[in-house]
Amino acid sequence: MTLTTAASTAPATAQAGTERLRLSRLLGPMHVWALGVGIVLVGEFMGWNFTVAKGGIFGSLVACWFAGILYSCVAMIDSEVSSTVASAGGQYAQAKHILGPLAAFNVGLFLIFEYSMLEAADAIVIGAIAQKVNPALSATAFVVLTIVALSWLNYRGVHTTLTFNFVITAAAFASIIILFFGAEFWAPTKILKIDELYAVTPEGVDPKAPFGWLGFLAALQFGIWYYLGIEGTCQSAEECRSPGRALPIGTIAGLVTLLIAATITWYVGTGLVDWVTLGSSAYPLYDAALNTGKQWLIVTLGIGTVLSCLASANGCINDSSRAWFSMGRDQFIPRFFGAVHPRYRTPYRSILFLIPIAISFGYTGLLDQVVTFSIISGLLLYGIMPFNMIRFRKMYPMDAIKRGYIHPFHPYTSYVLLLFTAVTFVATYFGYWKNLIAAMLFYIAASIWFVAHRYRMVNRSKLYTMPWPRPKGY
Amino acid sequence: MSTMELVNYAAWGLSIGLVAWMAYDTYQVETTYDQELLVSSVEGEIEKESFGDEITSTQRGVA
Repeated sequence: MTLTTAASTAPATAQAGTERLRLSRLLGPMHVWALGVGIVLVGEFMGWNFTVAKGGIFGSLVACWFAGILYSCVAMIDSEVSSTVASAGGQYAQAKHILGPLAAFNVGLFLIFEYSMLEAADAIVIGAIAQKVNPALSATAFVVLTIVALSWLNYRGVHTTLTFNFVITAAAFASIIILFFGAEFWAPTKILKIDELYAVTPEGVDPKAPFGWLGFLAALQFGIWYYLGIEGTCQSAEECRSPGRALPIGTIAGLVTLLIAATITWYVGTGLVDWVTLGSSAYPLYDAALNTGKQWLIVTLGIGTVLSCLASANGCINDSSRAWFSMGRDQFIPRFFGAVHPRYRTPYRSILFLIPIAISFGYTGLLDQVVTFSIISGLLLYGIMPFNMIRFRKMYPMDAIKRGYIHPFHPYTSYVLLLFTAVTFVATYFGYWKNLIAAMLFYIAASIWFVAHRYRMVNRSKLYTMPWPRPKGY
Repeated sequence: MSTMELVNYAAWGLSIGLVAWMAYDTYQVETTYDQELLVSSVEGEIEKESFGDEITSTQRGVA
């Protein structure tokens, strides 16, 4: 007898040896879309504009396209592997099956820090917005409330959590579309000031490319803001009704949404705000709305900014807890964290454990440091994915196991992803070399701990439970 | 006490209330259910349903 198909509230101590709990399987493509786009969309409301400071208007567009290609590769690769390795933990589970335990341990940490840090950053922004609305409001109180309230939602169940995310993500995306039309995009010189803002200044500075090709390179480190986190869709694999269908549809639809949102954001942002102001703005789309002079647009974008932060934090809690849960289930960390709530079917211990961690990062208020660690963790993840994909196709050729989705252009997608990730690393090194080295040292130290200490405690006979045929060559 | 101070207290109060709710629920779960059951989840349940009939036990990989 198993408990694998229906939720139960009854105590089950008598049959504890044979009964089994698992995460609920209730999600469809809509939820996958909400998870991926929800995490990312905040990047359109803030962060992307630093590309303008580094590379000018055209440098920002090049960064947008460059990152768009990088994330297209990420989305296609993830869709294929995750629709096959339908397990919580996403890329962590993929790496475990394809590259081995040490790579998986590192990927698990990349995921947890990428999402926990991003969650903290979102909460910091909500705190800052609350204080901007009224300086008497406590930023810390709203940072804590954001993290706790969304964690409570995640604790109560994944279906409600991601349905809520769908609503607020769709509303935030709609606010970008509304700004696009509200700014009358079809008339570039009416509300938009393309001719004026793109023109060479009296001092001889060309805002389109003020620092030349080197500026274009420097802009790449912030270009990933347009799409950072879309790979988070993989974390929902084990909770989808039909992962082979929901993951590819949700992820690819999410990427298309973000490509549209990124292009609109760049066009409206650079057409409404001068490049110097835009490059240092904390809320660039809100500032763009201010420059339209339309009060209803300003209110809409203000609401959109808050909703995008909430959606991002909500998705990050979902993803970081699944990665932590998955590592606990494999005993890469204490097995205690691999627990499932018997009623809500959520990884409740992981959700609870990560609350104080996110709050402590949020409490620092160091937005740039927190976000940079998140970005570096994401980049490290993208650096492993090409090797993962190439080895996956070698170990399990097309006829070996069923795939929900087969991505085109293999292995060129992996080569492009590796090349573009390497270039972005170089760009990041120029701006944040201390953070990069600190992050690398942290992950190396964690790897040594894992190899020398933790891996001895892993029950290797229970590490691989996928009912797959033996890999080719084994 | 100003309205904004009340809002701040409300935010803190709501946070504490939600944490208390989760702590109470967790306590109930931990004292009601067997620990082995709570950590009994394994990877690959979906695949077993999808592919279980197609792959014999001798074909299966490491385990």
